[in-house]
Amino acid sequence: MARVVVDVMLKPEILDPQGQAVQRALPRLGFDGISDVRQGKRFELEVDGPVDEAALARIHDLAESFLANTVIEDFSIRVEEVAEAAK
Amino acid sequence: MTARIGVVTFPGSLDDRDTQRAIRVAGAEPVALWHKDKDLKQVDAVVLCGGFSYGDYLRAGAIARFSPVMEPLLEQAKAGLPVLGICNGFQILTEAHLLPGTMLRNDHLHFICRDQKLRVENAETAWTTDYTAGQEISIPLKNNDGQYVADAYTLDQLEAEGRVAFRYLVRGEAADGYGNPNGSQRDIAGVTNEAGNVVGLMPHPEHAVEPLIGTGRTDGLPFFTSILKKLVNA
Repeated sequence: MARVVVDVMLKPEILDPQGQAVQRALPRLGFDGISDVRQGKRFELEVDGPVDEAALARIHDLAESFLANTVIEDFSIRVEEVAEAAK
Repeated sequence: MTARIGVVTFPGSLDDRDTQRAIRVAGAEPVALWHKDKDLKQVDAVVLCGGFSYGDYLRAGAIARFSPVMEPLLEQAKAGLPVLGICNGFQILTEAHLLPGTMLRNDHLHFICRDQKLRVENAETAWTTDYTAGQEISIPLKNNDGQYVADAYTLDQLEAEGRVAFRYLVRGEAADGYGNPNGSQRDIAGVTNEAGNVVGLMPHPEHAVEPLIGTGRTDGLPFFTSILKKLVNA
């Protein structure tokens, strides 16, 4: 059993109005010194069976065609081992 | 036999009945299509209407794009079937890559609902022949994710090929429906594909087909009479 995490972020050149709204709220909450905030999405995929190259390739396709809109978003994929005992 | 125009209902669609009504007002026959339909019931054209398909949970239009009904639609649209995407329908068409670019949250983060002034830039698409190029119209706009974006190369290409179909009118007073309502690049309100059979726009022509409702004008009706004329004369 393994977990694959897909992080999706707006491309750097795309304006992120949600992130900006968060950033503008920070001084009101007493958080100073944060010059930029960008907001993204994180998907956690629980994968049955081994996360081999074939499985990662399929997840790459999934991320590229569905989880991210590559016109405006970048994505990254990483594997997190899930300890059986923790289940 | 009059033209049969399909209107797809996804879970979360809101404007399917208004769209069916607009089609009927124009003199064509609306045909209800369901998102799970695997065929298009031999319709002559399809409208993807406004709303929040599948709750827009991933991104606006992103889940609807993979509905069963989209399989025959994608295939036939590429072969020339006229398809109009309004608001959420426009978002679905970009997610399906039938139209370029995509939509972001409005730059001011607010849902917007108002009568919007537009200029018809391309009166030669399947859905706009009853307008004249340069004509200024007013139809309702209501959305959360209406900011049209694409890379500079795509935008230049759209401009060069006359595929910017509608632009927001920016002169005048915002209170009168002028101005770019959402930060869309180059004031783009709608685009068409290369062949002119697939058109998408954010404002809602189906809400402006009878003088008693909406803007009090019928500026949206030519969308539906244009396609009817095209299909009947075909």
